[in-house]
Amino acid sequence: MTTHQEFLAPPQASTEGPTEVRPVLVALTGQPNVGKSTLFNLLTGLNQHVGNWPGKTVERKDGAFSYNGTDYRLVDLPGTYSLTANSAEEVITREFIIREQPDVVVALADAAILERSLYLVAELITLPAPVVVGLNMIDVAEQEGMKIEPEVLEAALGAPVVPMTATKNVGVQDLLEVVDQIVKGKKTYAPKPPQIRADHQEVMAEIECLIAGCVPEPYPQDWVALKLLEGDREITRMMRDCLEDEQWEQVHEVLREHDDALVAVAGGRYEWIGRMVRAAVTRPKTGPIGLTERLDRWATHPFWGLLILAGIMGLTFWLTFAIGTPLQDFLDTYVVGGSADLVQTGLSGAPAWLVGLIADGVIGGAGAMITFLPILLIFFAVMGILEDVGYMARAAYVMDSFMHLMGLHGKSFLPLFLGFGCNVPAVLGARVIESRRARLLTILLAPLVPCTARMTVIAFLAPAFFGAAAPLVSWGLVLVALMVLALSGVLISKTIFRGQRAAFIMELPLYHVPNWRTIGLLVWQRSLSFLKKAGTIILVISIIVWALSMLPTGDVETSYLAAIGRFLMPVGQLMGFDWRLMVALLTSFIAKENVIATLGVIFDVAEGAGLAETLASTFSIPTALAFLVVQMLFIPCAGTVAVVKQETDSWGWTAFSVGFLLVVSLLVGVIAFWLGNLLGL
Amino acid sequence: MRSKSETHQEAVSESDNGVIPLSGLRTGERGIVVGLNGGRGILSRMASLGFTPGAEVTVLQNFGRGPLIARVRDARVALGRGEAGKIRVRR
Repeated sequence: MTTHQEFLAPPQASTEGPTEVRPVLVALTGQPNVGKSTLFNLLTGLNQHVGNWPGKTVERKDGAFSYNGTDYRLVDLPGTYSLTANSAEEVITREFIIREQPDVVVALADAAILERSLYLVAELITLPAPVVVGLNMIDVAEQEGMKIEPEVLEAALGAPVVPMTATKNVGVQDLLEVVDQIVKGKKTYAPKPPQIRADHQEVMAEIECLIAGCVPEPYPQDWVALKLLEGDREITRMMRDCLEDEQWEQVHEVLREHDDALVAVAGGRYEWIGRMVRAAVTRPKTGPIGLTERLDRWATHPFWGLLILAGIMGLTFWLTFAIGTPLQDFLDTYVVGGSADLVQTGLSGAPAWLVGLIADGVIGGAGAMITFLPILLIFFAVMGILEDVGYMARAAYVMDSFMHLMGLHGKSFLPLFLGFGCNVPAVLGARVIESRRARLLTILLAPLVPCTARMTVIAFLAPAFFGAAAPLVSWGLVLVALMVLALSGVLISKTIFRGQRAAFIMELPLYHVPNWRTIGLLVWQRSLSFLKKAGTIILVISIIVWALSMLPTGDVETSYLAAIGRFLMPVGQLMGFDWRLMVALLTSFIAKENVIATLGVIFDVAEGAGLAETLASTFSIPTALAFLVVQMLFIPCAGTVAVVKQETDSWGWTAFSVGFLLVVSLLVGVIAFWLGNLLGL
Repeated sequence: MRSKSETHQEAVSESDNGVIPLSGLRTGERGIVVGLNGGRGILSRMASLGFTPGAEVTVLQNFGRGPLIARVRDARVALGRGEAGKIRVRR
């Protein structure tokens, strides 16, 4: 640490005194799809920490690297198109720059979409931190015949511009060199921020005059005035609180007269950018028809696009069954079963309750997670690849019309699709949706997608009850689940979220070759966070349920769990369930596939053919049908509930999710039972 | 200083001059954005994505129903039909 001191100390203008040497803080910003993750991973490697921004469900990545003897801390700010408070991402980005005052802000721009990329730069450059522009994907721009002169851009912006291609590690050293020079004061930074359009200068001056001296630290006064003119929600609220009522009335009056200023201000920025780009870029009259456009003729076509999407879904399922399921069985037999045996022999002298606790409670819970990992990895990888290649947005586009029927839009489709693998990534995947209402609705509906764990139960029980008709019953159950999902979507969007339709506007990024490093890191980080978050909760609940099934007598039939099952009997009786089926449903809370194991324990028979026969002879067909329906729609497993809480950041919505599914599953179960009896099955 | 009603009048008189919503452009057709309608949130998002007065827009795909794709400032943007209806363009 001390060796870097001499490099850090002299040029640092912003360090507060000689007491502590902190690493140089660099913020990485950029619009979505400019290759921010690629650069971040390239610079920090595995030396990074992934978490959430406090109080927000937006991912925060922190990393460290050193260059030229200086220690750097790199913070990856969320991708955003502008700095006006439309979403959490925008607020996080600007609050970080204004409050944390990074030593340098690296603004990554897409050279092939230069004008649009510079829009964020136009906003960043008005903030106090020095900006270095990384002109990324310069190779793509050159392929499209564009010639960009970085020096001209640099002169017009008054901020360094470094051409680069992060995916090929070209120009990254140059970028670091410029950052280093700025930090050490070897390069001067004299930004030339855009001026507001002439027709609004007078109003700006008026607002600035009215709020002068009342703007809280550390917000720049002219920036606050501009955001007020743009009608920014957060800044408007802040200034209303800071100003005396009378003063605010005056400001408000001026703003009301200019409530159309938003588009004019944005237009002004684009005019400023346009002048700059015209000077710095020469482009061919008609560009070649790129790969993206050719691929999109198929991928976004209303018919072929759906077919391609169906193909990708099919491939994912195939991977799940061809690789995931065998791996799952292997882990279950050798790792989980093996370690349970090991515990039993190793602890042969220990009290029976301790062996039970570890073998059934701890290993049972941990095993549920471990055996689930292969399927989770497959789905995380598929999602990562689709995201990185640029296909995600196309899937959202082709599914938009259909998703509209449920009060959702296209972006909800892929998260819900992930639910077929496991509901956990489905809930986590809902993050891609900007609007909170659409995200909430997606999270509420995700547990209705039949996951592989539930399908495992169906695959075992349907043949037991229905014999040759099992495939038909299984498909029927999937169809019922999806119909309930669609109806719930319509119902919730027409009642709780009435009249709050989310706008669908989304960039379709350029396709590019997948970057395996980025995808690998993504899969690794997501799996790790699943194990950490869901893992603890699953383990705790697994131990609680195990204790309930053993206490006080050590026998399931006389346990507290059985007592709860008997207490819930009146509900079960509507469908002909006895306490044993109720208990099986309750244990499915740990993990859905527990239903089979629990039934095995309660009926005291081996899980194989013996159990199937016993079950078939014990319960009537309508009861069996109702049980499968309820099992399919029942409250989400503990892992899903854990991430629902995490992603909604609300106990209220988590409780609603659980309550809603409880009511819906029992309701549809009763209907199935009643229909079964009516048809004389 | 220009008042809001003046700019509004401008837009109305232009509507006789071939100003149509973006959703009215067919696949391959071009237009120049003349104005945006809608609430503050959606206005701000459309503007930051590049749909500001004066911007050239090319419709890349429009099947007459469902969402459509437009190219604006070198980027491809997918919009719901409702959102595309809020962008006024001159052919």
